[in-house]
Amino acid sequence: MSKLDPMRDLLRNRSATLGLALIALIVIVALIGPALAPCNPLIPSPLDRLKGPSSAHFFGTDSLGRDILSRVIYGSRISLAIGLISVTISLVPGTLLGLLAGYFGGKLDSLIMRLMDVLLAFPAILLAIFITAILGPSLPNTMIAVGVVYIPHYARIVRSSVLSLREQLFIQAIGHLGGSHGRIIWGHILPNSLPPIIVYATLGMGTAVLQAAALGFLGLGAQPPQPEWGAMLSEGRQYIQLAPHVAAFPGAAILFLVLGFNLFGDGLRDALDPSLRSL
Amino acid sequence: MLGAGVMTMAETILSAEQLTKHYPLRAAGFSRRTGTVRAVEEVSLGVRKGEVFGLVGESGCGKSTLGRVLLRLEEPTAGKVFFSGGNLGEFGKAKLKQFRKQAQIIYQDPYSALNPRKQIGHLIEEPLVIHRVGASKERRDRVAWLLKVVGLLPEQGTRYPHEFSGGQRQRIVIARALALNPQLLLADEPVSSLDVSIQAQIINLLKELQAEFHLTYIFISHDLSVVEYIADRVAVMYLGRIVELGPKKEFYAAPVHPYSQALLSAAPNPDPTAKRQRIILTGDVPSPINPPPGCPFHPRCRDRQNRCLEDLPRLKELSSGHWVACHLR
Amino acid sequence: MEPVLEIKGLKTQFQSKGGLLTAVDGMDLSLERGETLGLVGESGCGKSVTALSILQLLPKPAGRIAAGQILFEGRDLVKMSAAEIRRIRGNEISMIFQEPMTCLNPVYTVGFQIQEVLRKHRQMSKREAVSETVSMLGLVGIPEPAARIDDYPHQLSGGMRQRIMIAMALSCHPKIMIADEPTTALDVTIQAQILDLIGRLKEEIGMSVLLITHDLGVVAEICRQVVVMYAGKMVESADVKELFAGPAHPYTVGLFKSLPRIGGKEGALSPIPGVVPSLLHLPSGCAFRDRCFKSNSKCVKEPLWREIRPGHKVRCWEPES
Repeated sequence: MSKLDPMRDLLRNRSATLGLALIALIVIVALIGPALAPCNPLIPSPLDRLKGPSSAHFFGTDSLGRDILSRVIYGSRISLAIGLISVTISLVPGTLLGLLAGYFGGKLDSLIMRLMDVLLAFPAILLAIFITAILGPSLPNTMIAVGVVYIPHYARIVRSSVLSLREQLFIQAIGHLGGSHGRIIWGHILPNSLPPIIVYATLGMGTAVLQAAALGFLGLGAQPPQPEWGAMLSEGRQYIQLAPHVAAFPGAAILFLVLGFNLFGDGLRDALDPSLRSL
Repeated sequence: MLGAGVMTMAETILSAEQLTKHYPLRAAGFSRRTGTVRAVEEVSLGVRKGEVFGLVGESGCGKSTLGRVLLRLEEPTAGKVFFSGGNLGEFGKAKLKQFRKQAQIIYQDPYSALNPRKQIGHLIEEPLVIHRVGASKERRDRVAWLLKVVGLLPEQGTRYPHEFSGGQRQRIVIARALALNPQLLLADEPVSSLDVSIQAQIINLLKELQAEFHLTYIFISHDLSVVEYIADRVAVMYLGRIVELGPKKEFYAAPVHPYSQALLSAAPNPDPTAKRQRIILTGDVPSPINPPPGCPFHPRCRDRQNRCLEDLPRLKELSSGHWVACHLR
Repeated sequence: MEPVLEIKGLKTQFQSKGGLLTAVDGMDLSLERGETLGLVGESGCGKSVTALSILQLLPKPAGRIAAGQILFEGRDLVKMSAAEIRRIRGNEISMIFQEPMTCLNPVYTVGFQIQEVLRKHRQMSKREAVSETVSMLGLVGIPEPAARIDDYPHQLSGGMRQRIMIAMALSCHPKIMIADEPTTALDVTIQAQILDLIGRLKEEIGMSVLLITHDLGVVAEICRQVVVMYAGKMVESADVKELFAGPAHPYTVGLFKSLPRIGGKEGALSPIPGVVPSLLHLPSGCAFRDRCFKSNSKCVKEPLWREIRPGHKVRCWEPES
């Protein structure tokens, strides 16, 4: 009865369900993509340059004559990977730092949070550009950059969750029973901190994709000929007047992915919150 | 040692010598107050094995803090605590962990004392896991047995805390406290947040468990009628100090300290025909940040004299086992 | 003399996730002038909801009065508009709560908050309001009232805040004061002071008090009439001496038996077995029957509200005699 309730609330929320559907659609496309794509996304075909949407090419072709539909389909794998990997890079160290800072407090807390404040002082995009510039423009480096940029956000969320949990009687009780700090942190504080982490991670997927797309747009992300949606957007910029479809379709794909994660993440936050409050 | 009694053969399981606990106040927000909260001041007492030691007082008197310091959940500012002869303050990590097996706590608020995300069976099992007692099957059997002992069904072990009522949750807290077979239980206002009709269930349960498992209780409460029912001896605290300590019957029949008298007379009596000989104290319950000089109670005491403003009265034994800290008695 | 407050057949319901909840089912109550009536019961019995219904303070849109009349000096409060009820709240009928901080705004001084009430309801000028506030604070026993009016709520202790709340509630000399667990959160010596205060003020102002509490000791102290509630219904109503001398409903009997009393008999307490049923899953007939020591086959049918002795009414097929 207890664990299913948030799921039920979630599914009753129509926008959350829509978000989930969008995500599911993109995941399915990513999984079976290669089977779906009518053409090879990488092979240029000079004779078919900048053709508009047609029955042969549903999304048209780009400046090198490649089928945009196929490129969008392959790009979905890249974008989902970006989301997952970037979020993981942010989440793991961020959570760890937040747990340590919140639980032990004192000088450790001050040290960690000052470091986080320094990172937060920079606008995300500038910091990402900076890191990518140092590491060199490539897709993996983009993921690392976007991941690192958001570490302080997770650290903050987790720390504030730990601060309030630390005072709870059921947490103190484990210490009274003889439990070690490790047991308290891993076994009790972390599981109770999961809801805000999960919500933030879900919303963070969308943000990561957007940031990577922005970096790709600037030429710092995926390098040609990889069909990353941001890079495709960038390429399509030159042809906005002539062949708007080149930018429009990858742009729409980004839109739907981010929208999907945002709607689902919002719904998740609402579903998890009231049941938390009643506990 | 106070309260251990010269005449009895009962051994002292826990004792305190001049126990003091102060908290520093840091200036916060808009109020510029700095200072010290003198929560517990020079408390000496002895708890006998197998007894129910009642600790009463109003808010700010320090009874909960005293309880926590007695079990070394917090370090004292000064003074010593002895458990079965050993100096608790000198216990190393390992010995302290052993101590936790022997002294456990029942909390006031059953709603926040249980992790809402864990099944109650796991919550009760946790102390056994922490201290590596028994194998998995043995632990599960013990959990099932503990659930029965506190009046719940073993099948309920897979449910979550929010599926239970307040009284039932308190039973779960008690089961968890008993898991490691402790000798001493600190019960900090164990029934205060429960409905009246449920309070009686839990009090009865505590009484039965004490008899069956030969437990010693330190029972903290602001409710004098509950303490009269369950305690063997009663200690009254005011502003961090013990002002009276004695056997229950004597205390309730004839409290000696002016504060004890006021406390007992203030307790509402469920008898509309009883004559009201109320001692209504003036003023508020004081703050432990700036205790008055001399006797802590003198600002509200009707009988105060000059001596009370300057001299701190010490506990003296009036009759066997009955101690009072007052210049006028 | 006409009672100052008469509740007839009050039914208050809440829309909850699990369905429609009847928090108060068929409440009849009569409060005389200058009298103190105690509404007693445990959590979930409907006593607080009754109080909130009187002043139309139910949370909207979930809560509503489904049926019944609440007659205040002959006028039906249920039918009043929001504006009309506002003129009565804090003025002719006021309410104090368990936790004073629910009524006190932390960013205004206590003096300002009382003056606000006085200027709104009694149309006083600022100077008049200040002087009346100081005298009210003195009346409720706050030392150095002229200095205290510039204090903020957080600077005062719990007992003082409760007194401020009482001062606010009394500032317009209401005809009725509804006190919802006014002393539950207070220390016992402060509780004694506050109860004493309410008693004295009642005499001086000639006010009626509707006291809501779970504490039978407090009821014995200051109430003249008592109504016992269980799961939304009245189960017993009597004069206080009569009730304590001879409770008739098994729930009331059980409550008395489960109370530890100072100077009471030795021997085990007899708690009432089981738990209060959820209002969404009430048993058919008498809501208490699953926990009652004398329930029988008759109890599947809802017992009638009958007078078993003059002034003593019970809802039970087999009341104690």
